[in-house]
Amino acid sequence: MPSAAAAGLRRAGLATGTVLVAKRAVLTFLRTPQLVIVGTVQLVGFLVTFRYVFGGAFGTSRGLPYVDFAVPGFIAAGVPFTLIGTAVVMAEDLRRGFVDRLRSLPFPSAAVLTGRVLADSVVLTWSLAIATLVGFAIGFRLHGSIAQGLAAFGLCLVFGLAFSWVFITLGLIAGNGQAAQGMAMLVFPLTFGSSAYVPVETMPGWLRAFADNQPVTWMANAVRALTLGDHARDFLGHSAAYYVTYSLIWAAGIMIVFSALAVARFRRS
Amino acid sequence: MAELTIEARGLVKRFGRRTALDGLDLAVEPGRVMAVLGPNGAGKTTFVRAVATLLRLDGGTLRVAGFDVRREPEEVRRAIGLAGQYASVEPAMTGRENLEMVARLYGQPARTARASAAGVLERFGLAGDADRLARTYSGGMRRKLDLGASLVSTPRLLLLDEPTTGLDPRSRIELWDAIDGLVEHGTDVLLTTQYLDEAERLAGHIVIIDRGRAVASGPPAELKRRVGGNVLEVHVRDRADLAAVTAALARPGHTAPQVDEATRRVSVGAGDGDAVGGLLAGLRAVEDAGVELAGISVRQPGLEEVFLALTGQDEVDGMPGTRGKAMR
Repeated sequence: MPSAAAAGLRRAGLATGTVLVAKRAVLTFLRTPQLVIVGTVQLVGFLVTFRYVFGGAFGTSRGLPYVDFAVPGFIAAGVPFTLIGTAVVMAEDLRRGFVDRLRSLPFPSAAVLTGRVLADSVVLTWSLAIATLVGFAIGFRLHGSIAQGLAAFGLCLVFGLAFSWVFITLGLIAGNGQAAQGMAMLVFPLTFGSSAYVPVETMPGWLRAFADNQPVTWMANAVRALTLGDHARDFLGHSAAYYVTYSLIWAAGIMIVFSALAVARFRRS
Repeated sequence: MAELTIEARGLVKRFGRRTALDGLDLAVEPGRVMAVLGPNGAGKTTFVRAVATLLRLDGGTLRVAGFDVRREPEEVRRAIGLAGQYASVEPAMTGRENLEMVARLYGQPARTARASAAGVLERFGLAGDADRLARTYSGGMRRKLDLGASLVSTPRLLLLDEPTTGLDPRSRIELWDAIDGLVEHGTDVLLTTQYLDEAERLAGHIVIIDRGRAVASGPPAELKRRVGGNVLEVHVRDRADLAAVTAALARPGHTAPQVDEATRRVSVGAGDGDAVGGLLAGLRAVEDAGVELAGISVRQPGLEEVFLALTGQDEVDGMPGTRGKAMR
């Protein structure tokens, strides 16, 4: 391109664009106290509440202490909760012209979306790490190897990539932050109607049918199975590999569908 | 002739059943500040977004700095800067960080980006506040930062969508001063506005658009001459007298009188060339009609009058279709 060469300009590629957009999103997170507090304390609050307020009533599940049952479920279900803010920020960026500014610049506009996904991963790592530490502090223990524990944590970050695209899509559709917040409430039926907090056997038939066939259940079970080590089959019925495989299929499916939706919507807006 | 900065032919853009651009033709010559003037919904923002490669046109051709927006969007983006009514800076970043980020996204290496950001901060008098978060800036400062962000790469064309909408008068003047002199720095400007005074203050050339079409264009003085200099507005006590006043004011050299029943006012663009004589003639005619008046005022024409005069409307208000007529 002669014009670009004449101006002595390089082109910011997808990678540079992604990093720059992500940096802005992470800085926004770090410098907005409300976001930091929500991102840090929300999951911890949930965990502590369930562990000490409801935990006694739940007792144990097939001989497994409730804390060992619940903590992996909370952390898996905490992934979509942590990323709700993405829908709100995306909608507001669009409404107040920030996205227009970015799209009028000569770098691949897909980086506006991939940068957001990268920033989400950073924020998610922080939030889940805090929640995990608190989980250990309130009595959670790994039954498997440390490697399996780390794999469980990494699996949550993969789920994060999938949910990040879901909330980006909602944000692009919503039109404004409040509407985006409202749409993001779909997180409640998805997480509470899953195996994340209580065993699905305790649910009425219709709810169980839903819970058995939706992604959060598979994700919660996969994370739980990895932390249970050799006991996974006894407690859950199948090996960790089984749950991990299905949860990854769900994650990949969600990622493919919602990234396509987000890109289509983004091009049109 | 040198390559046009913007060359738009027969642009069409529809949003569902609404037609935002309806065969818009527009040319911007290099070395110019051009104002696109029109009421809300005329298609101003849609046009700017089309030039900025932010939307797909349904018809027509649009070349910016010699590049086709559809086929060479990347080259177009390299040539333009966009700033607008929504100061699109990141509130949680400092002024300097905002500018450096945009410069990097224009493709500048980190060191160059730092230098361009510092240059812009200096030029717009923001150097002292460069390291404060943009959310602590006043509305006017934020708008200046937004304008600066669009200039970090010294674009050939700056697009300003309603740059002073919502600003207080002092910030408005400050921003006007900042826009002045851009052309000398090698940047042409296309700005949209609803305010005739703003277009006059900043631009050497004005295009008036209505319902997605260009209805008139020319230097501000020429457009105002077509309206007839000043506007004479006569306010009567009794609605029944409106007809008599309208008849008295309808005379050669005046534009067609506009009647506002609700406020009992008749206004007319008075005086072509001999402005004072025209005004006096109009007033004498009203006096001869023997109507009891509530007040008389003489003012500069507003967008409304320019519109009515230039769209050649002389029929009853509110008749659809009469305002879209092109007159060149």
